[in-house]
Amino acid sequence: MQEKLAEPLLEQEFAVQGGDFIHAGEVSSSIKAILKDIGMSHDIIRRVAIATYEAEMNVVCYARQAAFHLAITPDRLTVIADDEGQGIPDIELAMQEGYSTSSREIKEMGFGAGMGLQNIKKNTDELRISSVVGEGTRLEMVIFTRK
Amino acid sequence: MTFRELADILGATVVVGQDCMDVTVRDAFASDLLSDVLAFAREGTLLITGITNPQVVRTAEMLELLGIVFVRGKRPDEEAIKLARAKKIPLFCTRYIMFETCGRLFKHGLSGCIERVDDAGKTS
Repeated sequence: MQEKLAEPLLEQEFAVQGGDFIHAGEVSSSIKAILKDIGMSHDIIRRVAIATYEAEMNVVCYARQAAFHLAITPDRLTVIADDEGQGIPDIELAMQEGYSTSSREIKEMGFGAGMGLQNIKKNTDELRISSVVGEGTRLEMVIFTRK
Repeated sequence: MTFRELADILGATVVVGQDCMDVTVRDAFASDLLSDVLAFAREGTLLITGITNPQVVRTAEMLELLGIVFVRGKRPDEEAIKLARAKKIPLFCTRYIMFETCGRLFKHGLSGCIERVDDAGKTS
């Protein structure tokens, strides 16, 4: 059941490379800059920045690559993170705070505490996750821009 | 306190941000877990950490943190410094351990950006 959505005012696609820890965060940074440029409210920019950065770190830590798609319509902002990677066998389990499959290397970097998906949920109005093991994971993050 | 006072209290070296020494710091968050920083740190707060990779600077950028103090004599890596310069995020290094760093700053009037986290992960 697809909702009929208004034509996006702005749409842009970004590529995220898995395992590239040096450039990790650049896409979130670009998205943040775009939202600033178009005069999005401070609170929304912050929530989008946190959610997108968590999603981007997930790709860098666990997937091969991903496409991030940003779309802004008059009433909402959507970021879809579509990755090619190992996928998530049990999404409900992955959503539990503290659950993590991260390696020691990821933990040493300060990530992999099993809080990312929860933090994305906290900072978005809608979060849809779908995943196929061995193929990839898709996160659809929605933030309403009209209160 | 200002960054100048902070650097003085901690005997800290200024890695990035010589031109921001008059900026006022009001509160702080201390953690070696960036996941926690992303979940709990408030905008405009100071981050005290032992993590020195570029992600710590990226995290500060995303949350619009005021600056970063690296503890235990750790120095941020070159990529982190480059990114901090580009994003204008002040970086300081102190030889004090995290507990001492927090204690000394607290004694001089700095508070936590949040005080506690309840069972549901809510902050106050």
